[in-house]
Amino acid sequence: MAFDYEKYIRPGKLPHIWCPGCGHGIVMKGLIRAMDSLKLDMAQTAIVSGIGCASRLPGYMDCCTLHTAHGRAAAFATGVKLAKPEMNVILVGGDGDGTAIGGNHFIHACRRNIDMTYIILNNKIYGMTGGQFSPTTPTGAKASTTPYGNPDPCFDIAKLAIGAGATFVARGTSFHANQIDKLIAEAIQHKGFSVVEIMDDCPTTYGRRNKFKSVIEMMNHLKEIAVPVKAAEKMTAEQLQGKVLTGVLYKDETKTEYTAEYAKVIERAKAAK
Amino acid sequence: MEKKLPKIEIIEKYCKGCHICVEFCPTKVLEMQGFVAAVKNLEACIKCMQCELRCPDFAIKVITE
Ligand SMILES: Cc1ncc(C[n+]2csc(CCOP(=O)(O)OP(=O)(O)O)c2C)c(N)n1
Ligand code: SF4
Ligand code: SF4
Ligand code: SF4
Ligand SMILES: [Mg+2]
Repeated sequence: MAFDYEKYIRPGKLPHIWCPGCGHGIVMKGLIRAMDSLKLDMAQTAIVSGIGCASRLPGYMDCCTLHTAHGRAAAFATGVKLAKPEMNVILVGGDGDGTAIGGNHFIHACRRNIDMTYIILNNKIYGMTGGQFSPTTPTGAKASTTPYGNPDPCFDIAKLAIGAGATFVARGTSFHANQIDKLIAEAIQHKGFSVVEIMDDCPTTYGRRNKFKSVIEMMNHLKEIAVPVKAAEKMTAEQLQGKVLTGVLYKDETKTEYTAEYAKVIERAKAAK
Repeated sequence: MEKKLPKIEIIEKYCKGCHICVEFCPTKVLEMQGFVAAVKNLEACIKCMQCELRCPDFAIKVITE
């Protein structure tokens, strides 16, 4: 049998709005396979997003969904999780949404270690609005707002998440499609704030400005730069130049989870009455 | 024993013609026919599922058994 993706998609929603070759669809398929492998109850699963092409993802999914304001997915998702800690809460959004306008919400969700999974579709650009540079646009790359090359250093989302206190951090790519579901499933099962960064492709606003002739070249580039964490252990700093590590990069199961801690506050408040 | 071939279904109204399935099929089973993907050589299919996994548009299904 072929995998039945449409069971998880709202009837009549396909074809989706993403451009030909856009990696967001590949990530959405990975998320669906992860949800299927964990047999998540759709009525008890909320997918929350901000604004952007990536943030359109929840609109296709046949579960509880919230499409909120730009950069605010983490704030709304935190509200959902605190009100209903028994729910599975998954955040989805782009690099712009999550690390520019929403960077503040992102680091504080990491710091709190609240039991949610954040999937960041990092295509290194503001896709939806025509290709302005984002905090993950590589130095020297071209965007509509950096036609002579980006002077800014860029964020490493995984390192940022680890530094801010996330307790599970993984990275995949839209080329390595069969790994995406496994990383997301492990992240959802982790009790605490988990971040899955997918190095994604936007052929329309990033690829064509940065000398990628087609989405195939972008995919081949992702294939070339990705190095699994295990393989990287045996490589020199020189060999790792220009590469990105993939797989589970960080896991800490010792830190207290926020909703559990908050339940204790509620108990203390009740006892004090 | 005779090799059991899968059925490859391409949903034309979902396909956006990105070429991903065609380029990354290890045995060159698929081709573009105009703006949509099509099966050219089913005999060569090794059922690796790479085309189905990578299609961003939910447009290709490899049906085995
Ligand atoms: C408050 C606010 N500011 C700006 C915008 C315009 N805007 C819409 S999407 C977007 C960037 C999206 O980029 P990203 O999150 O990387 O998603 P992508 O489109 O690349 O998937 C911006 C700046 C907005 N919608 N709301
Ligand atoms: S503009 Fe880029 S991110 Fe947006 S749908 Fe098109 S390819 Fe995807
Ligand atoms: S299943 Fe594998 S071999 Fe068969 S058409 Fe798809 S990519 Fe090619
Ligand atoms: S990968 Fe999907 S959308 Fe792209 S050409 Fe193949 S069937 Fe069509
Ligand atoms: Mg983006």
